[in-house]
Amino acid sequence: MQTDPSTPGVQAGRLSSDQYAHNFCDAHPPLNLVQAKIEADRCYYCYDAPCQTACPTGIDIPSFIHRIADDNIRGAAHSILTSNPLGGMCARVCPTEVLCEQACVRNTNEDKPVEIGALQRYATDKYFKKPGAPLFTRATPTGRKVAVVGAGPAGLACAHGLARLGHTVVLMDANPKLGGLNEYGLATYKTTDGFAQKEIDWLLSIGGIEVRHNTRLGADVQLDALTREFDAVFLGLGLAGVNAVGIAEPQATGVRNAVEFIAELRQAPAYAQVPVGRKVVVIGGGMTAVDAAVQSRKLGAQSVTIVYRRGAAEMSASGYEQEWAQKNGVSIRHWAAPKALLAEGGHITGIQLGCTRLEGGKLVETGEQFTLEADVVLKAIGQSFEAQPVGAELELRQGRIVTDDQGRTSHAKVWAGGDCRVGGRDLTVEAVEHGKVAALSIHAALNA
Amino acid sequence: MANLNTEFAGIKSPNPFWLASAPPTDKAYNVNRAFEAGWGGVVWKTLGEAGPPVVNVNGPRYGALLTPDRRLMGFNNIELITDRDLELNLREITEVKRNWADRAMVVSLMVPCEEKSWKAILPRVEDTGADAIELNFGCPHGMSERGMGAAVGQVPEYIQMVSAWCKQYSKLPVIVKLTPNITDIRNPARAAKAGGADAVSLINTINSIMGVDPYTLTMSPSTGGKGSHGGYCGPAVKPIALNMVAEIARDPQTAGLPISGIGGIGNWRDALDFIALGSGTVQVCTAAMVHGFKIVQEMTDGLSNYMDEMGFKSVSEIVGKAVPTVSDWRYLNLNHISKAVINQDSCIQCGRCHIACEDTSHQAITFQKDGKRHFEVMEDECVGCNLCVTVCPVPECITLRDLAPGEMDQRTGKTVASSHADWTTHANNPMRA
Repeated sequence: MQTDPSTPGVQAGRLSSDQYAHNFCDAHPPLNLVQAKIEADRCYYCYDAPCQTACPTGIDIPSFIHRIADDNIRGAAHSILTSNPLGGMCARVCPTEVLCEQACVRNTNEDKPVEIGALQRYATDKYFKKPGAPLFTRATPTGRKVAVVGAGPAGLACAHGLARLGHTVVLMDANPKLGGLNEYGLATYKTTDGFAQKEIDWLLSIGGIEVRHNTRLGADVQLDALTREFDAVFLGLGLAGVNAVGIAEPQATGVRNAVEFIAELRQAPAYAQVPVGRKVVVIGGGMTAVDAAVQSRKLGAQSVTIVYRRGAAEMSASGYEQEWAQKNGVSIRHWAAPKALLAEGGHITGIQLGCTRLEGGKLVETGEQFTLEADVVLKAIGQSFEAQPVGAELELRQGRIVTDDQGRTSHAKVWAGGDCRVGGRDLTVEAVEHGKVAALSIHAALNA
Repeated sequence: MANLNTEFAGIKSPNPFWLASAPPTDKAYNVNRAFEAGWGGVVWKTLGEAGPPVVNVNGPRYGALLTPDRRLMGFNNIELITDRDLELNLREITEVKRNWADRAMVVSLMVPCEEKSWKAILPRVEDTGADAIELNFGCPHGMSERGMGAAVGQVPEYIQMVSAWCKQYSKLPVIVKLTPNITDIRNPARAAKAGGADAVSLINTINSIMGVDPYTLTMSPSTGGKGSHGGYCGPAVKPIALNMVAEIARDPQTAGLPISGIGGIGNWRDALDFIALGSGTVQVCTAAMVHGFKIVQEMTDGLSNYMDEMGFKSVSEIVGKAVPTVSDWRYLNLNHISKAVINQDSCIQCGRCHIACEDTSHQAITFQKDGKRHFEVMEDECVGCNLCVTVCPVPECITLRDLAPGEMDQRTGKTVASSHADWTTHANNPMRA
C-alpha cells in the first residue's frame, strides 16, 4: 500500500527514498577544509583554557585546534583521543553548548564560540579515514585480566585504557553489537555511516581485548563469579530500566518506550521499514524525548508533540536541543501532565493531559484538562538502573551504584562508571571519563 | 571631500596614490583601467633597452604568505622587467598620457650601467610626454644577475653616476627607486641626491624565499623543481619600508628630498603612515593585485575623510609631520614610565596576556584572584613593555598608562621625575657625555 504522512494509523514507508535520505543525513554536516582552517584560526589558544576545563575528559582543545591549523591532523587526533578515546563520537553527540563551547571566551564579545565540536569531528574524521601507524600501542602485557561489563562509552573507554596499560580485557555486552547507547540510543542523524562501529573497530584494534557479545550480567554471567575469575571488574551497565509514566496503560497497541523506538530505527535495515504514527505524542523532557520526536517527524509523522509537565527551563534537553526539535516541526507543550491514555479497538487514540503550574515552588494541576489525538505515544521520562544483576554486592544510592571519584565501588575488586554510577549528568563524555579514570585506578590497584 | 591634489618633484597628480612599476602597469589596457578606477598616477612597468625583450619563466612567478583564511600578508615575485617590445611600450605610453593629461605618468627604466645606453633611451621616453622617469635600481631578482636593478642600487657610486647621466640627458624629473637589500638605506639615498636626482622612491622588494614544500622538499615557488629568490612585498614589509623612509627623511644630508613611499600599502592608513614619515606620494602594487584597481577608491575616500576630520587642507600639510618624532634610542626619555592596565569590563579571560608575560617577560600579570581566573597587572613588576597589549585579542582592553610626574613607580620605588633623562647622560653609560 502506498502511504504518505496523511495516511492514518501507524504506517511504514510514508516518504520517498529521497525524502528519507534527506531527512536522515548528517544533522550537522562536517566542516570542509576551508571552514576548518578559518574556524581553527578563531581559537585564541587561551592559557589554562576554559574550554579544556569545561570538557569532562579534559581534552587539550587549544592544542588540537592549533594542530588542525598546522596541518597536523595526526597530532590533533592524538590530542583528542589521548584524553577521550571516544572523541569521535563525543564530537557528534556532546552538548557542547553547555560544555566546552559555553566556556569559550569568544562568547563574551561575539556570542559565537569557536566551533570546538565541529573541529574535533574534523580532526577525528580525517584521522580515522587514514589512521596510519597506531596512535596508541599496548604496554608489555601484565598478565592481569579485567572484566569489563557493558560496552557502552564507559566500558569501551575503560577497556581501551586497560589494554593500553597492558592488561588483558574481556569486554562483554548484553547486546549483539557493542556500543551501548552509541549504537542503540542515539538519533540516527547524529551518527551516520555506521560511525559508532567504525570507532569501536579502531578502539579494539589496540589488541588485548576479547569481546563477548550477548552476555548479560545476572543471566549469562554473575558478578560474584567475575570477581573470582578476574583480577578486577568494571561495570558500565547503563540504564536498562525505563521509568513508568505513573498512569494506567490500557491494553492497546501504540504505546511504547522511546528508547525502543530509537533503537529499532538505529538497527533498521531501511528507514522505509520503520512504522511511525500519523499523530505522535512523546512524553518527557530529555534528549531521548527530543530524539524520538524529531525522528518521528523525519519518518513522516504528520504531527509530533512533546508534552512535558514543567517549563522549558526545567527540561533536561538543552535549549539547543529544544530548538532543534522545533526546527524540525515538533511542537512542545509545556506544563502538561499525562492523565490518561485513550484507546479504541485495542489501539491508542489519544492522551488526556492536565495543565500544571508552579505554586510556591510546587508543581500543581490547575484543573484544566485537554486531549491530544495520538496513534502513537512514546514514553521518554527517563531510564533507571536495574540493580538486580549486581545483587546485594554493591552499595547503591538513589538506585545507582555508589563509587568514589576513581570509580571504586564498595567491593574492592569492582569499579563502575557511566550512567549506572550515581551522581552524574548522564552524558556520553562523562561516561568516557569514568571509564578512563577507572582504568587508571584499576591499574594502580593491580600494581599496588 | 578634501583636496588630494599632489605635486611631487614637479609631477602633478589628482591624488597621492600611484601604481608602482609592476605587472599592473605593463600595458595600456591595464593602465587605462587603473586611471578609470581613479589612480592618481602610474609608474609604467620598467622598460629595458631596445632590441629583443627579456623573457619570463613559464612556471609560477608569484608566491605568498597567507593567513589561515588566505588573506595575503606577504607576496613574492620573480617577474622581470617588461617582456614587451620597447617600441610598443613607448607608443602606448604616449597614447595613454595624451588621454589622461591630469594623471602622473612616470616611466621606469633599467638599462645597462653604461652612459650610452641611458643616453639612447632617455630622449625616447621624453618624447612620449611622460612626466618623469624612475630609475629601477631595486629589482632584486634576475636582472641583478645581469648587473642591473639591485646590483646598481647596492653601489652608491653607480647610483650617483647614473642619476647624473639622466639629469644630463633628460629634462624630466628623475626618481631613483632604492633597493632595501642593503645595510644602510641612507647611503644610496645620499648618492641619488648627489647625482642630482629629484626624488627617491622606496622600497623595492626584499630578497626572499617563500618556503619549502614539505613533501618534495623543494623550495617554493619553484619552476620545474628549482626556484630562485624573489622580491618580497605586501603588508608584511611595511614596517621595514617605513623605517627606511623615515631614515632618509630625518637624515640631514637628504632631508627635504622628495620621497615616494612604497611597501605594503593596502589602505589609507598605511598611506598616511608613509606620508607622515616623509612621503609626498605613495606607490601601490600588491593591494591592487589582490583586490583589483577599485581599491584606490577606498584609499582616497579614507584619506579624504581623515583629512576633513583633522582639518588638513592638503596632503602636503601632512608630509613628514611625524618625522620629528623619530629619534635614536639614546635620546628616549628614561624618566618616562608606562604601566599596563587591563580593563576588567572588556577582558574576556583568555589569559594570553598572562602567559606571554609569565613565560617570556616580567611575570607582571596575575592568573587568579581568590581562586578565580583573574588577570590584572602587578604594577610592581610591570615594565610597560607593551607585550600584553600586543597579544590581547580585544581592542583597547589593555592599554598603557603613563605615570604622571610625582607618581610613585611601584617597581622601582622611585618617584616619576618631570625632567628628561636619557642614555647619553645615564650613570651606567660608559660613553656618557
